[in-house]
Amino acid sequence: MSMLELRQVSKVYGLGAAEVHALDRVTLSVDEGAMVAVMGPSGSGKSTLLTIAGSLEDPTEGEVRVHGTELAGMSRRDKARLRRRTIGYVFQDYNLLPGLTAAENVSLPLELDGWPLRKARAAGLAALEGLGLADRAQRYPDELSGGERQRVAIARAVVGDRELLLADEPSGALDSGNAEAVMRLVHDACKNGGMSAVVVTHDAQLAAWADRVVFLRDGRITDQTVPASGPESLLTPGGQQ
Amino acid sequence: MVMSIRHALLALLSEGPKYGLQLREEFEARTGEVWPLNVGQVYTTLQRLERDGLVESEGGDEGPQKAFQITESGAAELAAWLRTPPDLSSPPRDELVMKVLVAIRLPDADVHGVIQVHRRYLVQLMQEWTRIKEAGADNDLSLGLAVDAELFRLDSVVRWLDAADARLKRVAGEMQVQSARAPLPKQRRYLGAQG
Repeated sequence: MSMLELRQVSKVYGLGAAEVHALDRVTLSVDEGAMVAVMGPSGSGKSTLLTIAGSLEDPTEGEVRVHGTELAGMSRRDKARLRRRTIGYVFQDYNLLPGLTAAENVSLPLELDGWPLRKARAAGLAALEGLGLADRAQRYPDELSGGERQRVAIARAVVGDRELLLADEPSGALDSGNAEAVMRLVHDACKNGGMSAVVVTHDAQLAAWADRVVFLRDGRITDQTVPASGPESLLTPGGQQ
Repeated sequence: MVMSIRHALLALLSEGPKYGLQLREEFEARTGEVWPLNVGQVYTTLQRLERDGLVESEGGDEGPQKAFQITESGAAELAAWLRTPPDLSSPPRDELVMKVLVAIRLPDADVHGVIQVHRRYLVQLMQEWTRIKEAGADNDLSLGLAVDAELFRLDSVVRWLDAADARLKRVAGEMQVQSARAPLPKQRRYLGAQG
């Protein structure tokens, strides 16, 4: 079953002569456990695609389904619940709350969702531990490096059995080592944690972690990679070239 | 793939005398098995190294039982090679660059399509290398380094395609503005990149 499905989704900003078609009949399906990367130049509609997929914005036309449920039919309250429980967001600039520790940042969405404090904190700590940040749990964001902050943001996005991870240039502000670490975490969340992910990036090295790479241009999906073959195909056994 | 098998073999022999087959196995292991080598290449290279006085063989045996060792001039050659940058001064005649340059001159060519076909191919290759990295490069330093080199190389080509795409879009935009005001020859000069 598809975790996320966009059908003929268009988004138009402005009116008349100022009309901008940010997305033009985009159809995209992300299976459970799949990691999809969206590549395209700036202004191609990548971020709009993500905000619409995450119900942060409504499409002008078309249909968005998360786990089979169409967003258009949902009340504001149900959408808010979906955002709290099902979808995790990761942004380029981390968006951590400066007055809260790493652990508090991670458990916050659970607390907002009505989890008992102790249970929420325990889940938050477990998520941090899973990302190798147990010893950073009591630090405030300004006491963490960029790579650590983004890992905290990922912990916050996956905590509480979230099913869909939406990431907008999640490693844009990081050096190549930390950027790769972030993509590995997203990849592992899909492969081992059963999440599905859509990652927007302009960086081919990072997109290459995805199962499928979709190319966006002028608001349209123009192309996509076919799933890669087995890991050994590029390594020819000795002696043959 | 440009690389010096000659110097790689010298490097392996600098650790002590070795047989041809052993050299092949060690070469592949140390390059993360990214560059396969056939045994014929190994022996041809060893013969040339011996002819040039950079290695010598022990005993008179021929074939797989023949062991080779590095000579003093071989060691000097290896040390000099490590510190000499490869010649990167003149741009290679890159087939992909040529294709894009050809495509912009063909009246009916879909240049973006040409670019995208290659971008997709490169990203797919990068996905495959990333799978290899994921599968085992963490525990194998040589493989990790070789795969990273390949990923960075392919990435630089994707970046060039992105830049080419952006440049063409910009020029197309400028041409639209120009064609509203100016006659055709000026635009042709703009596109004829070689002047």
